[in-house]
Amino acid sequence: MALFLNIFIGGLLIGGIYSLVSMGLSLQYGVARVFNIAHGEFMMFGAFVTYWLQSLGVNPLIPTIVIAPLFFVVGFILYRTVFTGIRVRSPNPGVFESNGMLAAFGLYFIVQNIAVLIWGSTPYAFAYLNTSFGIGPSDFRVNRLVAAAFAVGIGLIFYLFLTSTRSGKAIRAAAQDSATAGLMGVDINFVLALCFGFGAAMAGIAGTLICICYPISTTMGLQYTVIATVIITLGGLGSIPGSFIGGLIIGIVYTAVNYWQPGLAVAACYVIFIILLLVRPKGIMGR
Amino acid sequence: MNLSNINWKQLSKTFAAPLVILLALALMPFYGWEYGVSLFSHFLIYIILTVSWVMFSGATGYISLATAAFYGIGIYSAALLHPATGFSLPLIAVIIVSAAASFLVAFIVGAITLRLKGIYFAMFTFGLVLLLFQVINYVETSILGQRGRFVALESNETIYYYLLGIFVVTMIVTFFIKNTKYGLALRSIGENEDAAAHSGVNVTMVKVLIFAVSAALMSTVGVVMATKTIYVDASTAFNPMMSFSPALMAIFGGMANLYGPAVGAVIFSYVQEILQTGNLNNYYMLIFGSILIATILYMPQGLMGLIQNLWNRLKGAKRALTRG
Repeated sequence: MALFLNIFIGGLLIGGIYSLVSMGLSLQYGVARVFNIAHGEFMMFGAFVTYWLQSLGVNPLIPTIVIAPLFFVVGFILYRTVFTGIRVRSPNPGVFESNGMLAAFGLYFIVQNIAVLIWGSTPYAFAYLNTSFGIGPSDFRVNRLVAAAFAVGIGLIFYLFLTSTRSGKAIRAAAQDSATAGLMGVDINFVLALCFGFGAAMAGIAGTLICICYPISTTMGLQYTVIATVIITLGGLGSIPGSFIGGLIIGIVYTAVNYWQPGLAVAACYVIFIILLLVRPKGIMGR
Repeated sequence: MNLSNINWKQLSKTFAAPLVILLALALMPFYGWEYGVSLFSHFLIYIILTVSWVMFSGATGYISLATAAFYGIGIYSAALLHPATGFSLPLIAVIIVSAAASFLVAFIVGAITLRLKGIYFAMFTFGLVLLLFQVINYVETSILGQRGRFVALESNETIYYYLLGIFVVTMIVTFFIKNTKYGLALRSIGENEDAAAHSGVNVTMVKVLIFAVSAALMSTVGVVMATKTIYVDASTAFNPMMSFSPALMAIFGGMANLYGPAVGAVIFSYVQEILQTGNLNNYYMLIFGSILIATILYMPQGLMGLIQNLWNRLKGAKRALTRG
């Protein structure tokens, strides 16, 4: 029972961070139609910027104030320059998706190798709020709780933004059918770039949260991209609540498998992915 | 076949250049240029991988990132059946076994996933690389308690001739697929899958079959390469770069004809070869990424497409140019 609770709560805590990562990818792929394979690399970069700032004596949660807008702007500009260029030149959405993904691969190499050239490929870690608290018979680290709460908070704020503002409405319209949304007067290039920017910002914040809980390395990004892909497929593309539920489920599965056999955790996620694609490719909350 | 029906002029036009190139390549080890043999082996590896990637992905537009998986299957076939010590099959037998194994894996994976559209297929195939890596790594380290395996070493010349042989087979297979109904079916799938299905093409069958054939070819390269590197483990066998490289090389070279992928492969593998040591490798990847984006943005037809366009323009454009 204690073990079960351990895995369950531990899974929920890491699931919160996964949710944030996948929410970003869900916006980028579900709405902006760019399968951003470099998503995890943005996250990794955020984590390293946080690490660098905290080594200068800054509280590791403060950098999010800088990272979020900075990454947003980078993502926005990237979409307006690279991906809009590809979108305009592509004869149909299918071609745009494949070419966009390949360009994202390019981005992946660029971001990752810049990071390796700066920070090398050894793991880094530091201690922050490294005390434990008890729930029933189990112990958890405070930093995990802070990170999960932070992730859920950002998710909620973003959900409110989507449901109650005009820009949020435009994003939801673009998620349903970007061509029609464009015909209805939504500035589609702007909205899609906005989504890509938000995705990048979320990756950056998730990086900060990862950084305060786990050791980080410059090669960790791809693993998170794969997990996030499984989660957005599980939750349904472009659905924020779906990403959240998916994130929590995968968090629990990951923690459980990680407990029994650490080497097979990503493999387990992939098996879920296979089953999902065969049984219900549109996901839990998918339309 | 009636010999008088063959258009000899056409035939010699098609085959003269490839045969001359092939002859020059076959005599390579006799030039006394030791480094050349190893350099051209390096070229051939990437040419074979890229051409077999284009065979399926170029024609259909389904982006497969499973190259590393099949390449890794080849490497592990060599590690299991052609080890440095103990019982070992002859290399040619290992190649056949590995091709068959890869064909089977690709057939199953293809049958499951090729109903998926676009990105999901790409992600699924990429996940396959990670899955195989994790499972094999787990079996090796946790169950068998070892990190890697040793493969029997072959001489540079042997490796070169095996690669050349695989290269010729790959080219012949590509040529046949291009000029038979399968090639036509594949291209029609690439242009409009629904229309192809309505015209009576067994879409799934064609896709799965060609995917499996290209996978078989990719794995044979892995077998030969394993005898060159000698020591193999899961992380060198299932290196994701082996999935990305052929895609970029093909896109950079252009996929309209057979020369494009080959040219792309030679250029990039050469750059990779000279930037291989130490930190320079990171610069290679950096250049790799930048060129990938630039190619997709500004050179969608690839290098050969660009050259073709320039050539057409130089010739004075007998027919009106349709600019895309």
